[in-house]
Amino acid sequence: MSDNASHAPKTASEIASHVEEPSQAELHTHRRNAFAALGWARENLFSSIPNTILTILSVTLLVWAVPPLLDWMLLKATFLSEDPAACREAGGACWSFVTVKHRFILFGLYPYDEHWRPLLAMGLFIAALAVSCDSRFWNKRILYVWALALPLCGLLMWGGWFGLTFVPNDKWGGLPLTLILATLGIVLAFPLSVLLALGRRSDMPAIRAICVGYIETVRGVPLVSVLFMASIMFPLFLPEGVTIDKLLRAQLGIMLFTAAYLAEAVRGGLQALPKGQYEAADALGLSYWQKTRLIILPQALRLVIPPIVNQFISCFKDTSLVIIIGLYDLLTTAKTALADPSWRAFYVESYVFAALIYFLFCFFMSRYSQYLERRLNAGLKR
Amino acid sequence: MKRTAFWAALAIACGIGVAMPAQAGTTFDAVKARGILNCGVHTGLAGFGAPDDKGEWAGLDVDVCRAVAAAMFGDAKKVKYVPLTTQQRFTALQSGEIDMLSRNTTVTSQRDTELGMNFGPFNFYDGQGFLISKKLSKVKSAKDLKGATICVLPGTTTELNLTDYFRANKMNFKPVVIEKQDELAAAFFAGRCDAITSDSSQLASIRSAQAPKPEDYTLLPDLISKEPFAPAVRHGDDQWFDLVKWSVYAMFEAEEKGVGSANIDSLKGGSDPTIKRLLGETPGLGKALGVNEDWAYQIVKQVGNYGESFDRNVGANSKLKLPRGLNSLWNQGGLMYSPPVR
Repeated sequence: MSDNASHAPKTASEIASHVEEPSQAELHTHRRNAFAALGWARENLFSSIPNTILTILSVTLLVWAVPPLLDWMLLKATFLSEDPAACREAGGACWSFVTVKHRFILFGLYPYDEHWRPLLAMGLFIAALAVSCDSRFWNKRILYVWALALPLCGLLMWGGWFGLTFVPNDKWGGLPLTLILATLGIVLAFPLSVLLALGRRSDMPAIRAICVGYIETVRGVPLVSVLFMASIMFPLFLPEGVTIDKLLRAQLGIMLFTAAYLAEAVRGGLQALPKGQYEAADALGLSYWQKTRLIILPQALRLVIPPIVNQFISCFKDTSLVIIIGLYDLLTTAKTALADPSWRAFYVESYVFAALIYFLFCFFMSRYSQYLERRLNAGLKR
Repeated sequence: MKRTAFWAALAIACGIGVAMPAQAGTTFDAVKARGILNCGVHTGLAGFGAPDDKGEWAGLDVDVCRAVAAAMFGDAKKVKYVPLTTQQRFTALQSGEIDMLSRNTTVTSQRDTELGMNFGPFNFYDGQGFLISKKLSKVKSAKDLKGATICVLPGTTTELNLTDYFRANKMNFKPVVIEKQDELAAAFFAGRCDAITSDSSQLASIRSAQAPKPEDYTLLPDLISKEPFAPAVRHGDDQWFDLVKWSVYAMFEAEEKGVGSANIDSLKGGSDPTIKRLLGETPGLGKALGVNEDWAYQIVKQVGNYGESFDRNVGANSKLKLPRGLNSLWNQGGLMYSPPVR
């Protein structure tokens, strides 16, 4: 180990083989640190026979996998050339596919010259989301922010006023569509899910039966079938000529589906609260809604942040299922961009690009939930 | 209280989304009143119906939508394209979400009858074929593929046709089934199977897009299935059906008479009676269809004749480079035939 570390690595594969090894930092330090590193390695990497075997196996795997991957992703890759032949020549990843098609992948069928509108709307939307994450805005101000941001986004996306041409929502696509479906799905599903969870624990039999029935029915079917019903069966029941907007149908489907799952997560939180909390609230003479709003929900929801965020992330990714009903969300546009025969061979690049965008959003959500948990539980720590 | 407000909001949201078009009578009147054609197309199939880099629709099937809009409104741009998946397409037509379906749909008797559709003129004849490497120099036709390994998509009619064909000819073969089209093609070009089978238009596009050297691969001449594509409308409005039908025929007729988007203006005022009718200089046809007399002129001027549309989208001037084959005009050895436009 220390021998390897003492001389500078020469080739890419050598560098790569060192990336995962914890002693990498010492490359820049003095030789006397080598002993410490040796000790660290012995303790953490070679402490026992199974551990040694695992270390050797992982290093071998990395040496085997990383250099070709880097080779493909960066060294042999083509980035800017607009000619697919250049990509085939180079033999590596063809990122120029993304360079050529990124506007279609990001914005779908939205009129090309108006792409600044969804871009701006998306910026606004993300800014509003970021602001909502800040606890200083967790009061009436958050309502003002959204009351301003949502109509503005709608105005930008639809247009029709202030000289903006009207763009019907069947032309929306790409990342804005994914964000709209996911965010509105989550935001609308959340209050509904809390009501469903409360209803399921209610003393009133009718309400309880409705809530249980709803939750169990929706949880019993896959989202694909909900979307399928909404987009294929539902129109047959309407009188001929009456159509309900496809986007709205999908949005409602996603919302109703997510609500049922979230409701069960929330119910977990409600049940985890000690009975004393309910009794104490009753003893104070609070009404049902006061009790729920002031005592129960703040504690119950804090307990279930991880499963709730889990559901949010899954909802975000589930929006890609709208591919089956012909809505151009991010994944569909990535796939449709491949219809162009000259670029069809580069499907890996297309999906990697889409995956990267999904990852960024989901990773942010999971990091934020960790922060939130720490923050909200700060009062409970000693 | 909260709950009431929520449901009220939901009801309003639903109310906004429900469109109640003035579709009192027939499709024809409804389209005319709406001023725009709702046309069902593929979600993305190169050459037939796919949005380009700028999100503009193009393709052979898309041109049929444009032709009908040109005939109806004198403007080929008055089309709202409704991209549909394979499962959605018939429902969308039945429920009235679209006025016509132009989405490389194979005509079958069941679709024509049970599903309540009327098919217009065939605008593309496809069939299942085989693509092989030229290294297999002994294979000259599909009959020579005895015992070959063949790449095929699972669970499709393609797979059934393949099995039927080999059984009928008392030959055996080893199928290599891979779910995704792209991976299937990659497996073929990596040499995992001797031949790959699919619709021949599909094979041509695979060859041009994914083959390391397209010239090393060849399509066998045999087609083992019939896949005629045609635009479709709902049962129940014959006037609308007529318009769709004759819009496509006008494109065939124009090609046969050598009338194209480039030369149509120079042919005005000529003496050929067929061309005079096509240009609307002899009145009567437009009135009979319920549209302007220059309907066919607008189609050819804005969309082009069938040959132009074919070359631009799937033929020599496109990336697919399909030969005309069965899709040539009848007097050039193909099947494209228009009844007299008169």
